[in-house]
Amino acid sequence: MIENVDLSLVDWSRAQFALTAMYHWIFVPLTLGLSFIIAIMETVYFRTGKEEWKRMTRFWMTLFGINFAIGMATGIILEFEFGTNWSNYSWFVGDIFGAPLAIEGILAFFLESTFVAVMFFGWNKVSRKFHLASTWLVAIGASLSALWILVANAWMQNPVGMTFNPETARNEMTDFWAVLFNPVAIDTFSHTVTSGFLLASVFVLGVSAWFLLKKREEWLAKKSILVSGIFGLASSLIVAFTGDNSARTIAEHQPLKFAAFEAHYNGKSNAGLVAAGILKDSDQKLGEKTKKDFILKIEIPGFLSIMTGGNKDAYVPGIEDLLYGNAEETKILSVVERMERGKYAREVLMDYKRARMTNDEEQGNIIKAMFNAKDFIDNYFRYFGYGFLNKPEDAIPNVSIAFYTFHLMVMLGFFFILVCSLALFFSYRGIITKHKWFLWILIISVPLVYIASQSGWVLTEMGRQPWIIQDMMPVSAAVSQIGAGSVITTFILFAVLFTALLFAEVSIMAKQIKTGPKH
Amino acid sequence: MITLISYSFLQSYWWIIISLLGALLVFLMFVQGGQSMIFSLPANEKQKSMMVNVLGRKWEFTFTTLVTFGGAFFASFPLFYASSFGGAYWVWIAILFSFIIQAIAYEYRSKPANFLGRKTFDTFLFINGALGPFLIGVAVATFFTGSQFSLNFMNNVQWANHWHGLEALLDARNVALGLVVLFLVKCNGSMFIINSVNDEDLINRSVRKLIVNAVAFLVFFLFFVISLLLSNGFAVDNVTGNVAMEKYKYFFNLLQMPVVLILFLAGVAGVLYGLIITIFRGSRKGIWFSGAGTVLTVFSMFLVAGFNGTAFYPSTYDLNSSLTIRNASSSLFTLKTMMYVSFIIPFVMWYIWYAWKAISRKKISEEELSGEDHVY
Repeated sequence: MIENVDLSLVDWSRAQFALTAMYHWIFVPLTLGLSFIIAIMETVYFRTGKEEWKRMTRFWMTLFGINFAIGMATGIILEFEFGTNWSNYSWFVGDIFGAPLAIEGILAFFLESTFVAVMFFGWNKVSRKFHLASTWLVAIGASLSALWILVANAWMQNPVGMTFNPETARNEMTDFWAVLFNPVAIDTFSHTVTSGFLLASVFVLGVSAWFLLKKREEWLAKKSILVSGIFGLASSLIVAFTGDNSARTIAEHQPLKFAAFEAHYNGKSNAGLVAAGILKDSDQKLGEKTKKDFILKIEIPGFLSIMTGGNKDAYVPGIEDLLYGNAEETKILSVVERMERGKYAREVLMDYKRARMTNDEEQGNIIKAMFNAKDFIDNYFRYFGYGFLNKPEDAIPNVSIAFYTFHLMVMLGFFFILVCSLALFFSYRGIITKHKWFLWILIISVPLVYIASQSGWVLTEMGRQPWIIQDMMPVSAAVSQIGAGSVITTFILFAVLFTALLFAEVSIMAKQIKTGPKH
Repeated sequence: MITLISYSFLQSYWWIIISLLGALLVFLMFVQGGQSMIFSLPANEKQKSMMVNVLGRKWEFTFTTLVTFGGAFFASFPLFYASSFGGAYWVWIAILFSFIIQAIAYEYRSKPANFLGRKTFDTFLFINGALGPFLIGVAVATFFTGSQFSLNFMNNVQWANHWHGLEALLDARNVALGLVVLFLVKCNGSMFIINSVNDEDLINRSVRKLIVNAVAFLVFFLFFVISLLLSNGFAVDNVTGNVAMEKYKYFFNLLQMPVVLILFLAGVAGVLYGLIITIFRGSRKGIWFSGAGTVLTVFSMFLVAGFNGTAFYPSTYDLNSSLTIRNASSSLFTLKTMMYVSFIIPFVMWYIWYAWKAISRKKISEEELSGEDHVY
C-alpha cells in the first residue's frame, strides 16, 4: 500500500504545502497584531473625539487592508491542500481534524470578514459606536480564527482525544475538550498569537521610525510608537514566557524534536543549554545520517536539565538514547522498539482486513476487540506510525534546520524585548527623535521580526518530521496518489503567483507609506 | 434526549447543512457573475468603477462561504474531502487558483504602484468570475454523473485515469451544469448591480445583458434538468449498502420526496419571477426573488443527490466505492459535536444580514464613491 511510495511525490507535496504555509504566514501575523493596534487607536479616538486619532487609525487601517486580502488568498489554499495533496491523511484523521477547520469558518472567519467590511466602508454609514465595535470584532475574529487553526495543528503535534476504528480504518474523535485543551494547543496558541502581536508592533515601530527620520507626520509617528511600544513590550514578554512553556511541552511530547533543536545527541545529567553555536558535520554517522558537531558554542551549564527536569541532576535524553534506547537512564521507549510495536499493530490491522474480506466473522470480532483494549492501544497502536519507518534513523528530523531556526528565533525574541523597552523608554522621555541610530534599529527590526516569525514555523513543522501526525502517521503514508509531475507543476504555478502577489503587496504597501495618511 | 439522536439522523442533518451552504455559495457567486462582465458591461471607466465597488463590498462573503463550505464538508463527510480533492486534483486546483487571484484583485486594482497594473487585476476578476462558477458547476455535476475512482481497504482513493478530474469536461451534462451555474450567476450579478447602483445608463446596460444571459441560462438549465430526470442514477441498497444503477433514479427521487419537489419548483419559480419583473417590469428588486430561488433550487438539487438512498459522489469505475452520506460521514460523536456548533449558524446569518444592510444603506453612485476613502 504505502511501501512503494514515490519519494519525489512526497517531497514535492511537502514543498508545496511549505510554500503555501510560509507565504500565508508572511501576512497573517501582521493581521493578527495590527487589528488590535488599530482597535486600540480607534478606542482612543472614540473616547477623546480627536480627529488626529481617527486619521491615524485610518492610515494603519489602509495598510491592514492591503495585507488582509493576500492573507485570505493564501489561507484558502492551505485548507484545501489537506484534501488535494494529503488525502490519505484527510481520511485517516478527518474525523478529528475537520472539526476545528469547520468551526473556524463558522465561528471565527465569518466574524472577521463580515466586520472587516463594516470597518472599511462603515465610517460614514454606521454610528461611531457600531464602527468601534466592528473594529474590535475584526481583531477578536482574527485571533479566534488562529485559535481553531492552531488547535488543529497542535493535534498533529500531539494527537489526543480519539480512538482507532479498524472498520473504517480511521481515527475517530471521542473527546472534543481533550482536543481543544490539548496542552500543546494552549502553548501553541498563546505563543503564536502573541508573536503576531509582537510582529505587528515592530512593523508599526519601524514605519513610524521612518516617518521620524524623514521628519514627517511627527505627531502620528510618536503616538504610534507609544501604542505599539506598550503593546509590543507586553507581547514580547508573553512570547518569551510561552516559548519557554512550549519548549517544555515539546520535551515531553516530542523528545526527538527537542533533542534536535539543541543538537543534543548523547543524553546526560547536568546538561547545558546551548545559547548559541555553529554546527559542522562530524565524522560519525547514525545510519546514513551524519552526526553534527559544534565548531563553537556558548553554553549555560546545567540549564537544559533544570529546564526539562526541574533540577541539575535530571537526565536529558539525546537523539541516540531516543533511537536506540537507554534503559538505565530513561524510561522512554526507543524508536527501535517502537518500530516493532508499530509493525505489529499494522499486522493486526491487516489481519482484521483479511478476516473481513474472507467473511471470517469470529476472527474479525476477536481482532476488533483488541482495538478497544487498553493494553493494545497504549502499548502498540500508539506507535502505529513507526510501523511505516524502514530504519530508526528515519525518525530524526533535520538537526541543522531545527537547531538554527530555534536559536535564531530565541535570540531575536530577546532582541525585540530590548527594542520595545527602549522604544517605550525614549518615547516616554520624549527624546526618541534625538537617537537616530535607534530609529534605524527600529527600521532594521522589521525584516528581522519576519525572519524570527518564519523560523518559528519552520522549526515547528520541520522539527516534527518524519511525522504528519506525531507517532501515528509519517508524511509518506499521508500523501495523495497523484503524479509527482502534477504536483511539480502546481508548485511552480503557486510559487510564481505568490511571488508576484508578494511583490505587488510590498510595492503597494511601500507606496502607501511614502504617501502617508490622507486628508 | 440528545443521546437518542441517531447516527442516520445526524448524517442527514449534516447533508442538509452542506446543501444549504452550497446553495448559499451559489447565490453569493453573483459576485463572480458580475466580475465575468467586467469587460463587457460598463460603457466607461466610471461605470466600471461603480460596478467593481458594488461587487467588491460583497466579495468576502462569497469567499468566506466557500471556505466554510470546505471546512464543513471536511468535518462532516471527510471521505468526500479525501476522495474528491485528492482525486479530481486538477479541477479543484483550478478552482482554488481562480479564487486566489480574486482575493487580492479588488484591494490592489486601483492602488498606486500595484506592480502588475490595473488591467491585470481586472483580468484576474474576469477569470475568477468566468472560471470559478463554471468549474464549480462541473464539479457538482459529477455528483450526478460520477467519477472514475476506487477506494482500497484503507479507504484511500485511487483515481482511475491520469486526467485527475479534467476528464469531467468530456461529459456534456457536466459542461451543461457548469454553464447553468455560470449563466445563473451572471443573471444574479446583473440584477444585483441593478439593485445597488444609482446610474440609469449602467442599469439599462445591465438589463440588456440580463436578457441574453437569462436565455442562455434557460436553455442549458432545461437541457441539464431533462437529461438528469431521464438518466440512470446511483441507488444504494438500504440493507447491504451496495450501489447499483437505477433507471430514472433522480426523477423518482423528486416524486418520492414531495417536499424536495416543492422546494425545487418554488426555487425555479423564484428565479423566473426575478428575471421577469426585472426584464419586463423594470423592477430593481429582482435579485431578491432570484436569489431566494437560487438558494432553494440548489438546495433541492443537493438533496436529490444525497437523499432517498442515493450515492452523492458516485464512482462509475467501481460502483461500490461510491460515497453515500452513510459511508462517507464522520463518526457519531463528531457529527453530534458539530451539530451543537451548527446551532450558532442562525446567529451568524443574522449578524451578516445586519452588517450587510448597515453598509448598503446608500445606493452606489459617483457621488457616493467620491465621498468614500476605501475605494476599489
